Amino acid sequence: MAEADSAQPYRIQGETGPWELVIGLEVHAQVTSKSKLFSGAATAFGAEPNSQVSLVDAAMPGMLPVINRECVDQAVRTGLALEARINEVSVFDRKNYFYADLPQGYQISQYLQPIVGEGVVHLDLEDGRTCEVGIERLHLEQDAGKSLHDQHPSKSYIDLNRSGVALMEIVSKPDLRSPEETAAYIRKLRSILRYIGTCDGNMQEGSMRCDVNVSVRRPGEGFGTRCEIKNVNSIRFVQQAIEYEARRQIEILEAGGTIDQETRLFDANRGETRSMRSKEEAHDYRYFPDPDLLPLVLDPARIAELKASLPELPDARKARFMSEYGLSLYDASSLTEERATADWYEAVVKGGSGKRDPKIAANWVLSELFGALNKAGLDLADSPVSADAMGGLMDLLGDGTISGRIAKDVFAEMLETGKDAAAIVEEKGLKQVSDTGAIEAIVDAVLAENQDKVAEYRGGKDKLFGFFVGQTMKRSGGKANPGMVNELLKAKLAG
Amino acid sequence: MGGLLDLDLVAARDALRAGETTSTELTRAYLDRIEATRNLNAYITVTADRALAMAKVCDEKLAKGEGGPLEGLPIAVKDLFCTEGVLTTAASHILDGFKPPYESTVTSNLWGAGAVMLGKTNLDEFAMGSSNETSYYGPAVNPWRAADDAETKLVPGGSSGGSASAVAGRAALAATGTDTGGSIRQPAGFTGIVGMRPTYGRCSRWGIVAFASSLDQAGPMTRTVADAALMLSGMAGHDPKDSTSAPLPVPDFSAGLEDGVKGLRIGVPKEYRIDGMPAEIEKLWAQGVEWLKDAGAEIVDISLPHTPYALPTYYIIAPAEASSNLARYDGVRYGLRVDGDSLAEMYANTRGAGFGAEVQRRILIGTYVLSAGYYDAYYRKAQRVRSLIRRDFDQAFETVDAILAPTAPSDAFAIGAEVDDPVKMYLNDVFTVPLNLAGLPGISVPAGLSARGLPLGLQVMGAMFEEAKLLRVARALEKAAAFAARPAMLEGI
Amino acid sequence: MSLDKATVASIATLARLRVPDDRLEPMVGDLNAILGFVEQLNQVNTDGVEPLANVTGHALPQREDAVTDGGYPERVTLNAPDPAGDFYAVPKVVE
Ligand SMILES: [Mg+2]
Ligand SMILES: [Zn+2]
Repeated sequence: MAEADSAQPYRIQGETGPWELVIGLEVHAQVTSKSKLFSGAATAFGAEPNSQVSLVDAAMPGMLPVINRECVDQAVRTGLALEARINEVSVFDRKNYFYADLPQGYQISQYLQPIVGEGVVHLDLEDGRTCEVGIERLHLEQDAGKSLHDQHPSKSYIDLNRSGVALMEIVSKPDLRSPEETAAYIRKLRSILRYIGTCDGNMQEGSMRCDVNVSVRRPGEGFGTRCEIKNVNSIRFVQQAIEYEARRQIEILEAGGTIDQETRLFDANRGETRSMRSKEEAHDYRYFPDPDLLPLVLDPARIAELKASLPELPDARKARFMSEYGLSLYDASSLTEERATADWYEAVVKGGSGKRDPKIAANWVLSELFGALNKAGLDLADSPVSADAMGGLMDLLGDGTISGRIAKDVFAEMLETGKDAAAIVEEKGLKQVSDTGAIEAIVDAVLAENQDKVAEYRGGKDKLFGFFVGQTMKRSGGKANPGMVNELLKAKLAG
Repeated sequence: MGGLLDLDLVAARDALRAGETTSTELTRAYLDRIEATRNLNAYITVTADRALAMAKVCDEKLAKGEGGPLEGLPIAVKDLFCTEGVLTTAASHILDGFKPPYESTVTSNLWGAGAVMLGKTNLDEFAMGSSNETSYYGPAVNPWRAADDAETKLVPGGSSGGSASAVAGRAALAATGTDTGGSIRQPAGFTGIVGMRPTYGRCSRWGIVAFASSLDQAGPMTRTVADAALMLSGMAGHDPKDSTSAPLPVPDFSAGLEDGVKGLRIGVPKEYRIDGMPAEIEKLWAQGVEWLKDAGAEIVDISLPHTPYALPTYYIIAPAEASSNLARYDGVRYGLRVDGDSLAEMYANTRGAGFGAEVQRRILIGTYVLSAGYYDAYYRKAQRVRSLIRRDFDQAFETVDAILAPTAPSDAFAIGAEVDDPVKMYLNDVFTVPLNLAGLPGISVPAGLSARGLPLGLQVMGAMFEEAKLLRVARALEKAAAFAARPAMLEGI
Repeated sequence: MSLDKATVASIATLARLRVPDDRLEPMVGDLNAILGFVEQLNQVNTDGVEPLANVTGHALPQREDAVTDGGYPERVTLNAPDPAGDFYAVPKVVE
């Protein structure tokens, strides 16, 4: 991890001095696929109980797993996007434990030989620093079912719809040093997965779940004992959990105690973590190669093909937006976090005459469009203004047909009616006046009506310039070309 | 003419095709015989109505000159194969009342080929045993009795003891078995029938209650080698639902059966000459060698040096896989449930009550050898030795076409004689287990009688997917042995 | 290596098997006999030998991604000892 020297590293100040946080993440990302990892049952969210369950998922006697090729491809795509080594031979193991929503009594996972090895994620932090977070591995495994505890006073109900859905477990190295970095890491990972379409990244629906490993140490010392906080399902909760857990550990250490390596749970209502010792006891997963499956062998040609088919990834796109369109790091980052946004923006920039100003377009997308969508609670996909229509507006702005101020009115109208910018301008006669004679007449009239102010201005009261601009624009109904107004006023007032 | 029950599978097929009998007649004869041999305890479930309904359909097809290669032939199914809507128990209390909503691939293939299901045969619980005595439904009984002791009931071997007993007692024309460590060949040897374990992957494991996934393989149990070839054709085939199923076409196993062994090289492994092997078994083995030599085979002394380690290897790998395979029997989705105050208690109560002693032993051993700190010393070590065992066979098959050995180190023993000593029971599989570890095909052919007048088998082992050649050697052996003895209980039927 | 009663009891817990006290003692004896038997493997030199997990020599076959199964909750819970509608029911799990 490379930190710029200028920034202050994140520290928690204890009673006895500063502490450094060491954080590693295991992210469970649900693979986007039609059917499950080892069965032909569907994966859609929110179906009726046990309606997306095959006999394999219900672990009926004699049922056998057959792997889904697309899930394998998705894992490889993800590995490639994480700049990771793809293992041409990987092995599926059984992780044995008993649980109500684990019908086989084991989870098929990958232990010693995962499909993806070491990789890296690049982060741009808000304070301008950049850092790299190492990826330890990525492996494929089955999801478990779901237990419902609130349906009956003395029973839990089991729904196996999720049972057997493919997950990618993405394990980071302990390279993260603050809650903010961790949040940035999750956002970046999510962005990459969504770009390549291997996971929808929906944390609310559980498509992405985080196990957070937290330990603390004195700056410069070796790793401390870590605790694993299981299944945290929002970025905010991850940050809260880390902060709480770090402070808890610091308190224990400063009181002369030691940290027990254990699994903990984040209680979002109380904002604290607590021990899951009950679940911990007698855990011995007895991993061994699943004898129902054979080694997964990947042809290098298939890996190459998958690599060639990857879209431009967020980092590359961001860099290109900066160099090709001259955008700031901030704007480029904002526009490229979501592939759909970047696509939308590029459709605006590249459409029409091709002479649309990329910086102006970026401003319009990021502030005007997103502001309006946010206010209306809409996603980009549901935007009432298409990229094409936005492009039309950019054209009118670019060729001077309308001013920036008028453009905002036109845009508001577009959002409301879905009409074309050109049609609105035409209809409402909003065309910018760039005729020198016409503007000159207005300027003359304004100056004539405000002789006293003209005198004050000429007497040294420069600030009045804005007043003349405002009067001129007002009289033109906002349609006068502001550049020309400025020029003419300057000339005439000087005169 | 000894009546319908004396027709073997091939003869019955011919008789049906020639219109000399009907499937209904044949099926009724077997259903009657099943009733008459209830004391064999060969069946857990008899599906008489279904059998007759299937037979009726077969007769309609046969009348039109249609039907598959097994059309109208009534057979029995080891109760380890899931059969749709029919109680499937694996001879375990824990599967109480389980009626699968699906049909195993192998049985589905058989019904597709026209076979008729008589019922589900007894076995050792979850196929774990070599005598059929671990069955929750009580031991199956060998139709044979010692010449000097007609009273003592003998085991039919195991785990496919019910299938062996049914075929040997004329209570089925043929039967399916499964062979994880010798569970087809050893009972075939004990009951004087032919039992074949095909190459791992030849028959689909889909829908067969799993014992040890890397070792389990279904196969035929029949009266003759030709019957085995016919039956195997009906069972085998690539199955996309089983990832370990071999993506190979199924050859005509019956073709070339009579081609003889002239010019074939038969290996005789010196390591199978174990301490304490009864002289009569050693003698029978030598006799077998002579028979094949006389038939024109070249006999080659070979070495399979890791043979002595096959049983201990097996008794690590099989229980390890089983401990995991049997984790699904937890009282939640099917079978027995014994309530408890918590989920963990319910699990422990259910599994404690539902599994018998031998299954529990193997689950515990398997759990132990996979557990943290012991995995390398036991499981991984066993997998390495398994490599060496496979290598021994690979090297042998570079120079020989097949290997000849005894099937089991003894003839059938009395029910109850060995139950108290699990390790002694395990020694029954000493000659059969190496093949399972290597994944190879093997067949037991009845070859003679012991001094007590009980059948003894000889085993032929073959190279991967060379079942046709294996059957050819077995047929030559069968011809030379001309085993014609019958259990006394068959007199007068 | 020899197992004692406590170890066997903890393995039984791990395997979710209720082994009553009176059956524990004979079980310890049986398991030790079996372990004694399998320990012969220590005599085999396996240096440099790759473990053999499966005998087929094939690579894993892979199916196409299509929904070909499921949609039958009634079959899924058909054999359940304690079904609750289309759910399975178990003693309440407290976390
Ligand atoms: Mg984890
Ligand atoms: Zn995981």
